[in-house]
Amino acid sequence: MAKIYSKNALEISKKLPKKETIQFLLNYSKALNILKIGNKSFEILAN
Amino acid sequence: MANVPTSDALLVKNYIAGDENSLSILINRHQSKIYGFIYSKLSDRDIADDIFQDTFIKVIKTLKSNSYNEEGKFLPWVMRISHNLIIDYYRKNKKMPMFRETEDFSIFSIMSDNVPNIESQLITSQVESDLRKLIEELPEDQKEVLVMRMYQDLSFKEISELTGVSINTALGRMRYAIMNLRKVIDKHQIILTN
Repeated sequence: MAKIYSKNALEISKKLPKKETIQFLLNYSKALNILKIGNKSFEILAN
Repeated sequence: MANVPTSDALLVKNYIAGDENSLSILINRHQSKIYGFIYSKLSDRDIADDIFQDTFIKVIKTLKSNSYNEEGKFLPWVMRISHNLIIDYYRKNKKMPMFRETEDFSIFSIMSDNVPNIESQLITSQVESDLRKLIEELPEDQKEVLVMRMYQDLSFKEISELTGVSINTALGRMRYAIMNLRKVIDKHQIILTN
């Protein structure tokens, strides 16, 4: 029984987001530029 | 000499200054904790990925717009964002987290209602009936005061007026009534609890 529980616990702790998700975030970050003009901010997303 | 890992605060500062690699380090460093937290609340990989993505989109926007002011507490801040997004997700879908019964956890251990169950109602009824019988055994003057006070909810002033005795006498009769009830209960080892 203990073995089953410890195996499950290890599996849960190993869960990571998809590589594509991380890659999307890094690309999004590189493409995003936020300009603040006065009280307003403008998001510029470069393609 | 071992390399000392760069602190979150410094990475955040570098990222705000334009170092995109700092974001990559921050994500790699905390992805397991953050994704694990989100997944533990949703139990669905696709939705967890969406929430993880939305969390970091918020993080990126906040950092790039220079609105971040929690230096040194990066992880709790990100966790709070993801927590709020999880709540939003449940609100949007009008869903509540699903609990599964396991050997260690039963949903009925945290669910209860205020309505007494049949067993509890039967016990209460039995206790009240037993108590009534005991009261019937009291001397008439004591029984009269106790019934007026406990069952008719009269004040001692009203009892004294109705029975034609002083308030102190009524109080004394009540006291003796209770003492006598206790004696009988102790003597016969009657259990009057629900």
